[in-house]
Amino acid sequence: MSSEKTDWWVGLFVLLGGIALAFLALRAANLSSFSFSPSYTLSAKFDNIGGLKVRAPVKSAGVVVGRVSSITLDTKTYQAVVRIDMEKGFLFPLDSSAKILTSGLLGEQYIGLEAGGDETNLPDNGMIQYTQSAIVLESLISQFLFNTAEKQGSQTTAPGASDKPQK
Amino acid sequence: MPSLSTAPDDLVLRLSGVALGYGDVSILRDISLDVRRGQVVALMGGSGSGKTTLLRAATGQIKAQAGCVTLFDQDLSKASGPALQALRQKMGVLFQQGALFTDLNVFENVAFPLREHAKLLPTELLARVLDTLEAVGLRAAAHLRVAEISGGMARRVALARAVILEPELVLYDEPFAGLDPISLGITARLIRNLSDRLGCASVVITHDITESFAIADHVYLVGQGVIKAHGTPKTLGTSTDPYVQQFLKGQPDGPVPFDYPSTPKFEAWLVNQEAQR
Amino acid sequence: MSLNTSLTSVGRGIRIRVSGLGTFARFFWLLLRRSGIVFSRPRLVSQQIHFIGNYSLLIIAVSGLFVGFVLGLQGYYTLNRYGSEEALGLLVALSLTRELGPVVTALLFAGRAGTSLTAEIGLMKAGEQLAAMEVMAVDPVRRVLAPRFWGGVIAMPILAAVFSMVGILGGWVVGVLMIGIDTGAFWSQMQSGVDVWKDIMNGVIKSVVFGVAVTLIALYEGWQCRPTPEGVARATTRTVVAGSLAVLGLDFLLTALMFSN
Repeated sequence: MSSEKTDWWVGLFVLLGGIALAFLALRAANLSSFSFSPSYTLSAKFDNIGGLKVRAPVKSAGVVVGRVSSITLDTKTYQAVVRIDMEKGFLFPLDSSAKILTSGLLGEQYIGLEAGGDETNLPDNGMIQYTQSAIVLESLISQFLFNTAEKQGSQTTAPGASDKPQK
Repeated sequence: MPSLSTAPDDLVLRLSGVALGYGDVSILRDISLDVRRGQVVALMGGSGSGKTTLLRAATGQIKAQAGCVTLFDQDLSKASGPALQALRQKMGVLFQQGALFTDLNVFENVAFPLREHAKLLPTELLARVLDTLEAVGLRAAAHLRVAEISGGMARRVALARAVILEPELVLYDEPFAGLDPISLGITARLIRNLSDRLGCASVVITHDITESFAIADHVYLVGQGVIKAHGTPKTLGTSTDPYVQQFLKGQPDGPVPFDYPSTPKFEAWLVNQEAQR
Repeated sequence: MSLNTSLTSVGRGIRIRVSGLGTFARFFWLLLRRSGIVFSRPRLVSQQIHFIGNYSLLIIAVSGLFVGFVLGLQGYYTLNRYGSEEALGLLVALSLTRELGPVVTALLFAGRAGTSLTAEIGLMKAGEQLAAMEVMAVDPVRRVLAPRFWGGVIAMPILAAVFSMVGILGGWVVGVLMIGIDTGAFWSQMQSGVDVWKDIMNGVIKSVVFGVAVTLIALYEGWQCRPTPEGVARATTRTVVAGSLAVLGLDFLLTALMFSN
């Protein structure tokens, strides 16, 4: 086979590899959704971030508007400081709130952003004031049991009903 | 270095008191020979006499265990890397089986040294390769693949490849082995013609007496680890040395015995075989 | 008495293997040092990419397709029990990009391209072609081995990517076309779960490492083999065995490194 023909086939081979990689990156993975668009930074403090991970999505009304870029601990207030890369096109009012939600019943955790009513928007490097921590399953269950025990206790006056110890 | 009857820069290859072997085993000892420009030197000997080892010493593939190998006025034991490469570019080697590159066709095989060492335009390259192929009579076979040519043709292609850089020394490892009478004559004539045309020195390692005596200027006879005799084909033909006589006349028994010598290992094996009956 | 001899033979065996490892490492270093030919004569490398990559493409693509089919089927049967069939796309994609793509491609590569490299080098050695090159003042490591090494290293990730892509499409064919899972769910679950850097890039890194290992072993076995028919046959067997074991061992190491958090 002549050199030119070989070169052509090799070029085709490498091109095929490139297409395969592009397919994998764009169609199979999350590259297309947002990595290189211009962004600005916001931060938020949480008492408990639960299972939130870096690069988790930030959604408002279910639409992805940003990604978590870093998670650190503030050693003065012992709160988690979460920094978010927000897409430049999406601006949120000063009094917006951030909640840590779970997608699905046992799925990955993400930040839900709810817009407030203020006229001025959060600036670059602004801090989201209103936050709600992740719901930890164990405290949810113990709260439920405590409530149930309380209800049972108030219904019956039998002195056998014991308080369930609160976790 | 003591000068001989001809000018020292005529000397292409010299071995003085060289001992050669692999590992601890010594195959050859006290080998001294000279090869001059324009000469065809034949190195003859029986099978297993170490002729190929001598060739490897001359190309620098193995180092001498004793003595000195001088190639183009340079001590081979001191040459390595780029110096050795430079020396090797001035010589060509024809291997016993041709050693052609089986993934290339005839043209590419002969063009290989040019592509590696010379910078030629494609038209120049084409002309030069075809000319060299013409000298060996295979110009119209340039397009054939190595698998498509006969053994004799393969050897001629290898010869073309060995001489295309116009080397000053060409080494032939058993060029006559296994050839039909016509190819024998062709090959012998090619070796002589090339030597005269290029003015190079040729060393032919062979055990074919008729052809090599026809073209050689000087003959060295190697046997039992040493050089048994050397001289022009005429002087060797009249030598009275029993080894030379046995070799030249092709006698089955003589200084080179017919019977393989008995060893303790053989005795032990024989006892074992007889005990099994 | 026999305990003594078996101990010494074990010791000798270890010594031989360790020094063999040293020879292997020196061979690797030699190859790297003579790799400048990639830049001075890239055509040699591209020729090797053609022989090694293009000629393996068919078996890799077909294997990828069937592996994708099987992943789709088996994945569906298992996910169906937990009502999570819609995660099939995610399952197929993660299995392929993280593990099956690089590993299965490398194993097939060792069998197909690895053995042909070993046999080629071994036969060149047996036919004195390498010695002829040396005497012509052409370094066989530079001219013959280095282009083949880089050809293999470049071809492997490309083949692995093609394997993964074809496998995902195969899983889609089985899951969506044949079984009837919602195509939108198939792709969206996949896209939200597969990370470019963590899954795909790590898979690419794995396939590069496997390419280096398998090609290196193939070239080494050919270079070191005895220049006889049995020598070449034994060397090709060793290429497949050693190459496959190396791939699986490295896979474990790399997975532990990359995917632990």
